[in-house]
Amino acid sequence: MATYLEFIQQNEERDGVRFSWNVWPSSRLEATRMVVPLACLLTPLKERLDLPPVQYEPVLCSRPTCKAVLNPLCQVDYRAKLWACNFCFQRNQFPPAYAGISEVNQPAELMPQFSTIEYIVQRGPQTPMIFLYVVDTCLEEEDLQALKESLQMSLSLLPADALVGLITFGRMVQVHELSCEGISKSYVFRGTKDLTAKQIQDMLGLSRPAVPLQPGRPLQTPEQPVISSRFLQPVHKIDMNLTDLLGELQRDPWPVTQGKRPLRSTGVALSIAVGLLEGTFPNTGARIMLFTGGPPTQGPGMVVGDELKTPIRSWHDIEKDNARFMRKATKHYETLANRTAANGHCIDIYACALDQTGLLEMKCCANLTGGHMVMGDSFNTSLFKQTFQRVFNKGFNGEFRMAFGASLDVKTSRELKIAGAIGPCTSLNAKGPCVSENELGVGGTSQWKICSLDPSTTLAIYFEVVNQHNAPIPQGGRGAVQFVTQYQHSNTQKRIRVTTIARNWADAQSQLQHIEAAFDQEAAAVLMARLGVYRAESEEGPDVLRWLDRQLIRLCQKFGQYNKDDPNSFRLSESFSLYPQFMFHLRRSPFLQVFNNSPDESSYYRHHFARQDLTQSLIMIQPILYAYSFHGPPEPVLLDSSSILPDRILLMDTFFQIVIYLGETIAQWQKAGYQDMPEYENFKHLLQAPLDDAQEILQTRFPMPRYIHTEHGGSQARFLLSKVNPSQTHNNLYAWGQVS
Amino acid sequence: MSVNQQAHTGPPYGQPQPGYQGYQQPAYGGQPLPGVPQSQYGAYNGPMPGYQQPVPPQGYFPSLGFPSKGSPVSLNSDTSSLAPNFIGSLRAPPTSGAPPPATGASLPSGHLAYSQFGHGDVQNGIPASAAPMQRPPASQPFLPGSAPTPVSQTSTFQQYGPPPASVQQLSNHMAGMTIGSTTASAPPPAGLGYGPPTSVPPVSGSFSATGSGLYTPYTASQGPPPTSVSQGLPLAQPPFLGQPISTQRLPTQVPGFAPPPSSTGIGPSSYSPATGAPRPPTMPGPPLSGQTVAGPPTSQPNHISSPPPPSTMSGPHPGPPMSGLHGPPPPTHPPQPGYQMQQNGSFGQVRGPQPNYGGAYPGTPNYGSQPGPPPPPKRLDPDSIPSPQLNELPPQQKPRHRIDPDAIPSPIQVIEDDRSNRGSEPFVTGVRGQVPPLVTTNFLVKDQGNASPRYIRCTSYNIPCTSDMAKQSQVPLAAVIKPLATLPPEETLPYLVDHGESGPVRCNRCKAYMCPFMQFIEGGRRFQCCFCSCVTEVPPHYFQHLDHTGKRVDFYDRPELSLGSYEFLATVDYCKNNKFPSPPAFIFMIDVSYNAVKSGLVRLICEELKSLLDYLPREGNMEESAIRVGFVTYNKVLHFYNVKSSLAQPQMMVVSDVADMFVPLLDGFLVNVNESRTVIASLLDQIPEMFADTRETETVFAPVIQAGLEALKAAECAGKLFIFHTSLPIAEAPGKLKNRDDKKLINTDKEKTLFQPQTSFYNNLAKDCVAQGCCVDLFLFPNQYLDVATLGVVTYQTGGSIYKYAYFQLETDQDRFLNDLRRDVQKEVGFDAVMRVRTSTGIRATDFFGAFYMSNTTDVEMAGLDCDKTITVEFKHDDKLSEDSGALLQCALLYTSCAGQRRLRIHNLSLNCCTQLADLYRNCETDTLINYLAKYAYRGVLGSPVKTVRDALINQCAQILACYRKNCASPSSAGQLILPECMKLLPVYLNCVLKSDVLQPGPEVTTDDRAYIRQLVTSMDVAETNVFFYPRLLPLTKADVDSDSLPAAIRNSEERLSKGDIYLLENGLNIFVWVGVNVQQGLIQNLFGVSSFSQISNALSTLPVLENPFSKKVRSIVDMLQVQRSRYMKLIIVKQEDKLEMLFKHFLVEDKSLSGGASYVDFLCHMHKEIRQLLS
Repeated sequence: MATYLEFIQQNEERDGVRFSWNVWPSSRLEATRMVVPLACLLTPLKERLDLPPVQYEPVLCSRPTCKAVLNPLCQVDYRAKLWACNFCFQRNQFPPAYAGISEVNQPAELMPQFSTIEYIVQRGPQTPMIFLYVVDTCLEEEDLQALKESLQMSLSLLPADALVGLITFGRMVQVHELSCEGISKSYVFRGTKDLTAKQIQDMLGLSRPAVPLQPGRPLQTPEQPVISSRFLQPVHKIDMNLTDLLGELQRDPWPVTQGKRPLRSTGVALSIAVGLLEGTFPNTGARIMLFTGGPPTQGPGMVVGDELKTPIRSWHDIEKDNARFMRKATKHYETLANRTAANGHCIDIYACALDQTGLLEMKCCANLTGGHMVMGDSFNTSLFKQTFQRVFNKGFNGEFRMAFGASLDVKTSRELKIAGAIGPCTSLNAKGPCVSENELGVGGTSQWKICSLDPSTTLAIYFEVVNQHNAPIPQGGRGAVQFVTQYQHSNTQKRIRVTTIARNWADAQSQLQHIEAAFDQEAAAVLMARLGVYRAESEEGPDVLRWLDRQLIRLCQKFGQYNKDDPNSFRLSESFSLYPQFMFHLRRSPFLQVFNNSPDESSYYRHHFARQDLTQSLIMIQPILYAYSFHGPPEPVLLDSSSILPDRILLMDTFFQIVIYLGETIAQWQKAGYQDMPEYENFKHLLQAPLDDAQEILQTRFPMPRYIHTEHGGSQARFLLSKVNPSQTHNNLYAWGQVS
Repeated sequence: MSVNQQAHTGPPYGQPQPGYQGYQQPAYGGQPLPGVPQSQYGAYNGPMPGYQQPVPPQGYFPSLGFPSKGSPVSLNSDTSSLAPNFIGSLRAPPTSGAPPPATGASLPSGHLAYSQFGHGDVQNGIPASAAPMQRPPASQPFLPGSAPTPVSQTSTFQQYGPPPASVQQLSNHMAGMTIGSTTASAPPPAGLGYGPPTSVPPVSGSFSATGSGLYTPYTASQGPPPTSVSQGLPLAQPPFLGQPISTQRLPTQVPGFAPPPSSTGIGPSSYSPATGAPRPPTMPGPPLSGQTVAGPPTSQPNHISSPPPPSTMSGPHPGPPMSGLHGPPPPTHPPQPGYQMQQNGSFGQVRGPQPNYGGAYPGTPNYGSQPGPPPPPKRLDPDSIPSPQLNELPPQQKPRHRIDPDAIPSPIQVIEDDRSNRGSEPFVTGVRGQVPPLVTTNFLVKDQGNASPRYIRCTSYNIPCTSDMAKQSQVPLAAVIKPLATLPPEETLPYLVDHGESGPVRCNRCKAYMCPFMQFIEGGRRFQCCFCSCVTEVPPHYFQHLDHTGKRVDFYDRPELSLGSYEFLATVDYCKNNKFPSPPAFIFMIDVSYNAVKSGLVRLICEELKSLLDYLPREGNMEESAIRVGFVTYNKVLHFYNVKSSLAQPQMMVVSDVADMFVPLLDGFLVNVNESRTVIASLLDQIPEMFADTRETETVFAPVIQAGLEALKAAECAGKLFIFHTSLPIAEAPGKLKNRDDKKLINTDKEKTLFQPQTSFYNNLAKDCVAQGCCVDLFLFPNQYLDVATLGVVTYQTGGSIYKYAYFQLETDQDRFLNDLRRDVQKEVGFDAVMRVRTSTGIRATDFFGAFYMSNTTDVEMAGLDCDKTITVEFKHDDKLSEDSGALLQCALLYTSCAGQRRLRIHNLSLNCCTQLADLYRNCETDTLINYLAKYAYRGVLGSPVKTVRDALINQCAQILACYRKNCASPSSAGQLILPECMKLLPVYLNCVLKSDVLQPGPEVTTDDRAYIRQLVTSMDVAETNVFFYPRLLPLTKADVDSDSLPAAIRNSEERLSKGDIYLLENGLNIFVWVGVNVQQGLIQNLFGVSSFSQISNALSTLPVLENPFSKKVRSIVDMLQVQRSRYMKLIIVKQEDKLEMLFKHFLVEDKSLSGGASYVDFLCHMHKEIRQLLS
């Protein structure tokens, strides 16, 4: 099915969309029998080198409930200057500016190659990007120093007009005013008290004073920038100031007695950051960047008490309902996340500590707002430093790879309804005719807010075919879906990207082969995985696994060819061949298995899984294993214990970790120093090859993976051993065969 | 009035005193002068009556009432009569009215006696005033026969005559007084009889009668009395006045009277005798004078009584009440009048008081000297006022005429006398129950086992043995304690005793500290507690052998065995949490709201702090102060500053969460001044700049204190907050206040709410502050009401000070504020203090007044206690005391010094105990009493309507005086006002208290002022209350530019001001410079640098610095006064007939005040009426 593969690839490159099914079953009943739902992975801001944005407003369908954007699929009557909406069939007049169109003079949005098009629109004031650093000062001296340096460095990476702000916290929370000369000024809040946004704004003096009419005083001149920018200043104005300020940051001075954790007011600090931006720059692109070196230990959002003898909650505690603070803390952060999302801001969490830091509770902050979540052991590691630096990476066109305050509007033709979305988004609660009653992921809406996204941010969007079996769609009928993404570009422009796709309908009864052939098993695996992971957030692990298993079985039932009671007769077509393997590894993945992972780690993994594009997601589901040997060029090998051979170097990429594993013999050779001998230069090359490849991955991946270089028998080899299919083990090759 | 007649009495006293001295206190004897004062006293009594009379007229209802009764008159008579009586009573089992009759027989002798007494007592009878009045009681006993009788007779006479006459007498007295004072001429007449009276006579023949001489007058009075009586009293007084004068002179002049004069002279002699068994003898000696005195008094009494009966002599009966008295008096003893003057009361008591008496009496000397003016008639005849005419007459007229202000007890005179009598020799504290010199006297103290009066003063140094007696007398037993008082450089500070790890030696049971009164027994192995009698083992390390007298051999080596005041170094057991304290901290908290910034205050404070921080209190020889400092500014939010020495620039931390205050930083908030000098300087430069453009007008307050408290908690130390605040805290925060000022509440039952805090929030806050040792000093700069009553709660309960600068203006108030601030920052202060007063069995400290917090009934807790703070402690009996062992007080103050050293300061004081009320009255200190009464009343307004408080105050004083009259003064006409010598100023001072802004606000007094003063007074020591209630008025133009001395003070009455002079008046808060309209241009030029009166600007807040002797002198006087007071006084230039003069007149406390306060004369009459009512 090379054609379908090409088709899929083309579509992905052009539109950033991959559907699980590329030919759609034409009735509801059949669609449900397909097991894998009709769904797609959408990368709204997929980088397109060949997509110059157009500088005008999109033309919308005039039906108030539709408002679809004019697209290549629309019927156009050039003479009458009319176009018919392909979603609602409303006939619309072209606006006056389109008076000159004709078959030979088409606007870009009507050209088929512009199924994805980007508009630059002039709306509202352009506000610069905002970065609000929220910095934990309860760190070890070394960590704090490293963090301070990273932060200072980051100032140089910001656009000059970006606004920056600084909040530090420990036992107290300090909001630093950046515009003062001669004295550094900060507002201090108690770390134990939750404050409403109103209170915070009042306390920061952000609420507009009820102009006290004092005779003899100059009338208040409108100074809105002055007020709002006391805490958020353009980088170019205060970078020196802020650099000094960061330089002078001290560890939290409050004494921490033996056997206690430092008091860390993360919950309040975040709350204040959110409140600050909420009051000053609502609906403007802004990042709250939280740097924390430990769990919140006091106030709202506390995750663990300050007694060291009480360890932070584990999965075990959670299962036993023994995590005292979890529910309350989660609620606190959820509230914050929802508020942040409502304001169009995002929260990044950079948590660096050897122990857990409460990501489980805080995850929603990043998940709901599209923020980053980074977990490391220390701020003084390249993992953090590089990752943080990469946040400010620029794309091919010299623009920051970040966008803010996006809203995604999905429109479907009548046979389809929208069941939901899974990804770093929140619902905008836009009910409409195309919203399904059945929810998958975040449903009940046709619009979502994505507060922050980058070119790789990918959402899973699930549909439901609602066409009834008894109302067959005419042959050649196509279903269409339009994705309208409005966002604030990193250069402060407001942009709208419109992607319109169409797929053929097919009758599952008569044209099952077509449908089968048009199955995108990779996309399907990721889509199913997202569903599974989404469920895992709220359901018991085993239930999710059972559900996944059942789905797989049903799929195999539907599309497999086999003779009853004869396992060996089972066959799956090529388009399904990899799917079971994905499911197998998914079952073992940290996204669904919490064993051996802390709640924080699980949250971290799931966070990334829910936002990466298809390729990365697949890597996460089924890590890639490359083998390097003298027997040939590097080759991908099965993620199986049988692939571990003494004379091989293995490179495993799990997305989160890059493991280089030297086989037993290779390791011995290396110890013997052969690579340093001129006559064994080839061995040196062999050793170097995986390093170079790993480096390449390390350079581009965000967040930067943990880099592990190990060898046969090394303790770190566990990272590899835990991933491979244990078809062979050290004590029994066959006892474990139950997993096929 | 008559009281004033110090002259008369004086002499006698002086002499008598010696005798008395023998009796009572050697000291007395030592103080010849006292005699003089006594005379004054006598005068007082006299005046009193007179007062009443006048009172009525003035509108003092009492007086009016009196008139009808004729009592006023009687007052005068009373005094006079009383005097005699007193004498009699005291000495002779006073009452022995019998004697009187006898006396009657021998008038002269009686007189003498009286005179003596009078001296002692300082009784009323102006006439008698001389000496006679004096506790004739004594005299009686002494001369039962002659003297007493006369007295009695006189008294009776007086009554008779007096009643009618009394009125007259009073008036006479009054007149006399005035006249006398005004015209020297009076004297002569007076001598005879009330020459003055004659003058008065018009009013009433009685006067002339009475006045006439005592004798003549008597007769006259008697005759006239009836008629005169009606009008009389006032008239009578004049005569009295005259009498006083006359009396004084009389003695010399009139044969009969002669005695009086002689009495004065004689008095002394008589006294001396008196002293010993002497009394009798002395009495006799003086008799003449006494008699004379007595005579008058009697007459007065009569008068009083008579008044009632105004109808007629017979009326004396009027005195039904009086009558009793009258009865006896009838025997006119005109002469007595003179006696009267010499207030009996005082006499009787004289012993103790003698000194004072002396002072008072000096009158006598005065007489000599002051022939004219002084003639302080001691008596007032309220009765005389009552005269019908009086009634008819506009009150003003009458009173004015009736009583000579010079005849009533003069504070100035008393002060001067005490100063000259007792100022020269050191006060040695070795003897139990000694009455120290007045607070207005400069004297040195030698500690020989009792605490210096600078630390402790008592209302009485002789405590009644039983609670019955105490109740009867109504004299409050209180001690005014100033534990950390500053001593003059000549006196040594309390020694610091270090007993090492075991700590101070204490009684096992009551925990009293080792002191000079502990009795070592069993060869020194144990000691018996002088407070609870428990026997405690002497710890081995403390053992010492006893010498043959039972004293420890190391007696003189150990301060705690030989001194009244000393300090112990406390051990860790005495520290909070059993940890030695850290050095305290000062936190400066500056309001930076719009008002504060605009007025330049913020800049001023910051500038000042830069230099002031180098003068933080340091201990002993330490090179730098151990005190750390911190800074906070605030408006609606608080700004903390990190001024850690390692910082390049200060860091400001804003805390907006005022609802839940906390301290945002730990390290760097409280710093050592030297280490962080540059950062602090930079901060103080920045603060005014940062807020230069502020528009924030709202402020918070409670959170500011909380912040300071939290900071100290975090730093685990005690300390002091200096809060500079400008406005009512209306911003949303805990402790937010609303403007509830409502002047309409004045004189209603709700008035008390103006003094109460709006919310209990601050009380709780104060409690927390005290627990932490966080003392709050408050500097207020209000432009409008800011509710001092509430804002001051924490300050008050933590032992802090409030300073208030209404309508602060940089130009005019800067100096005052900065001086206050400097002093406040620099002054010695103890932190985290707990004071307990232990007493010997029999009495117990039951009530405490001052700026502190009490969590139980015995421990006075103060977060901070500075050298100006005073605690007044009241004692009550819970058992009997014994005369032998006396009563002991031990005040132990545990505190943290400014260097963080925990110490115990111990003050011990031993008092006498008495079974005779007379002893009590003789050993009282009016200044201290007023201090107590003022504090008591000022606290009372929190819970009761002001009127109730005023009435209670008057009632208590009336009871005190009535008790004296009843039990200690020689029997005499009820119409006579007899004042104990020691308390002869009680009425005038009490009147000042009653007229004070708190108890009787004028229209211009704000609610805040009242609350402010209320709190201020509560911490005042005796010297401060003294000058606060009775301001010092100095005629600047009389100052000797070549000497260092102050010009002689004059009495606070407008009459005393001359248009051609410049005066200075100070009351501890303000200094007024009053310029008369007719002042010579040269003086104006010299003092103000302008050419005419009209060019003087009353906006001046300082006197211009001019190079001429007068200017220098005046400025040096002002500077000298400023140094004496704990607060820098505001200088106000008042031009006569200018608007501001109203303000000034408010402080002329002897005059009627605009707000309805009575004049001295009126009040005296009123008191007399009260007393008479009690007696009847």
